[in-house]
Amino acid sequence: MKTAWTNAWLTVLKRDLLLALRRRSDIATTLFFFVIVSSLFPLGIGPEPAVLSSIAPGVLWVAALLAGMISLSRLFSADFTDGTLEQMLLAPEPLALLVTAKILAHWLVCGLPVVLLAPLIGLQYALPNEALLVLVYSLLLGTPTLSLIGAIGAALTLGVRGSGLLVALLVLPLYIPALIFGAGAVAASQHGMSAQAHLSLLAACSLLSLVLAPLATAAALRISVE
Amino acid sequence: MNIKWFKYSSPQTFYPLAGKMIPWFAWLAVVLAIAGLYVSFAIAPTDFQQGEAYRIIFVHVPAAWMSMFIYIVMAVWAAIGLGLNARLSAMMAQALAPTGAIFTLLALVTGSLWGKPMWGAWWVWDARLTSELILLFLYLGFMALQSSIDDPRRADRAGALLALVGVVNVPIIYFSVKWWNTLHQGSTINMGVAPKMAMTMLLGMLLMALAFWMYSIAAALMRVRCIMLERERSADWVKELSAGGKS
Repeated sequence: MKTAWTNAWLTVLKRDLLLALRRRSDIATTLFFFVIVSSLFPLGIGPEPAVLSSIAPGVLWVAALLAGMISLSRLFSADFTDGTLEQMLLAPEPLALLVTAKILAHWLVCGLPVVLLAPLIGLQYALPNEALLVLVYSLLLGTPTLSLIGAIGAALTLGVRGSGLLVALLVLPLYIPALIFGAGAVAASQHGMSAQAHLSLLAACSLLSLVLAPLATAAALRISVE
Repeated sequence: MNIKWFKYSSPQTFYPLAGKMIPWFAWLAVVLAIAGLYVSFAIAPTDFQQGEAYRIIFVHVPAAWMSMFIYIVMAVWAAIGLGLNARLSAMMAQALAPTGAIFTLLALVTGSLWGKPMWGAWWVWDARLTSELILLFLYLGFMALQSSIDDPRRADRAGALLALVGVVNVPIIYFSVKWWNTLHQGSTINMGVAPKMAMTMLLGMLLMALAFWMYSIAAALMRVRCIMLERERSADWVKELSAGGKS
């Protein structure tokens, strides 16, 4: 039983990663979106390093939030249109388990590249090295929450008209704790304080959503597909 | 004793009951509001720090209470609807959402009207104001999701799930905003410690809160009656109703 579950989980993960690699431009779109959004702020605000480094944590985190959000519609929609999702719903393995594999794949494809690219953008914002490191940590701990919570929104709006904008309305308010703790961690390290508390809270958010979000997403998928 | 617990859980039997209950709650709301406004504006003493401007508290605080309370009630109805597959519960959740959103908006508007003379700014990123704003977003998300799904059954269940996810998140959001606020602002504005209130002030606030509560029930019942008619338009009892021309 257990091995069957692991097999199914790995199969879904591999399949989603393979599909993502076959369409590399999709990954690039998310990344470029992140880069462009975070490059717009200096153009709007001005090039003073002091100002930029003080807004950097918030701007980079908001950009990461938005980048994570625009890629959400791809999480289930292709599987929904070609019927794969229905097969997953009918599968003997628990749907919540398969959903975690899909979310993990989504995070590896859309979340992890943003985490790796963020320090580069952070350099443009004159962030000191230590803050850059905290930025990577905070994104590493926080972006899984974004994918997990986002999956609920993506599942609820599956096949609904105007789902792209609707997902923003549903998901962005729920992203607020991650934004506060993530940007707070970077800001704390900028001010010479320990980022430990923020990072712990961020990790707590991730763990909590890891437990609850797959169940909610599975329930939402059952509602949406019927 | 044989109690029919679910007698009123079908729209057909609940529709006339709701119709009978609406005037009671509406009149209670009017009477309580008159009493509350009288206490608030005529009896309650002037605040020695804030002068007369503080009197908006009698609308602001009850509205803020109701906005949070209605969200919880909505989520409870949604959970019952989802768990027991009860149509009427889902309709109640749908009917409560606009009232909750209106109270949230009212709390925000009165808060900013109060903030201008007190803090010198229409908007302050105070923890309570901010979490109230996020609550408004949650209400809007719920209503937007429900209205964008055509199939009412799916809309009910999707909305219910979203309300439940929201209810789990509300405390997390509230505390994160609170910590964020204390971290950034220090104690420049301290709304947390309420000054000692005169008994009459408290009484005014309680009366207004009760009035809002009764209004919410009346408004939700009116709305749920409309929703019931719309959803059940092909059912026999609605046809009989419209043929008879009597509510």
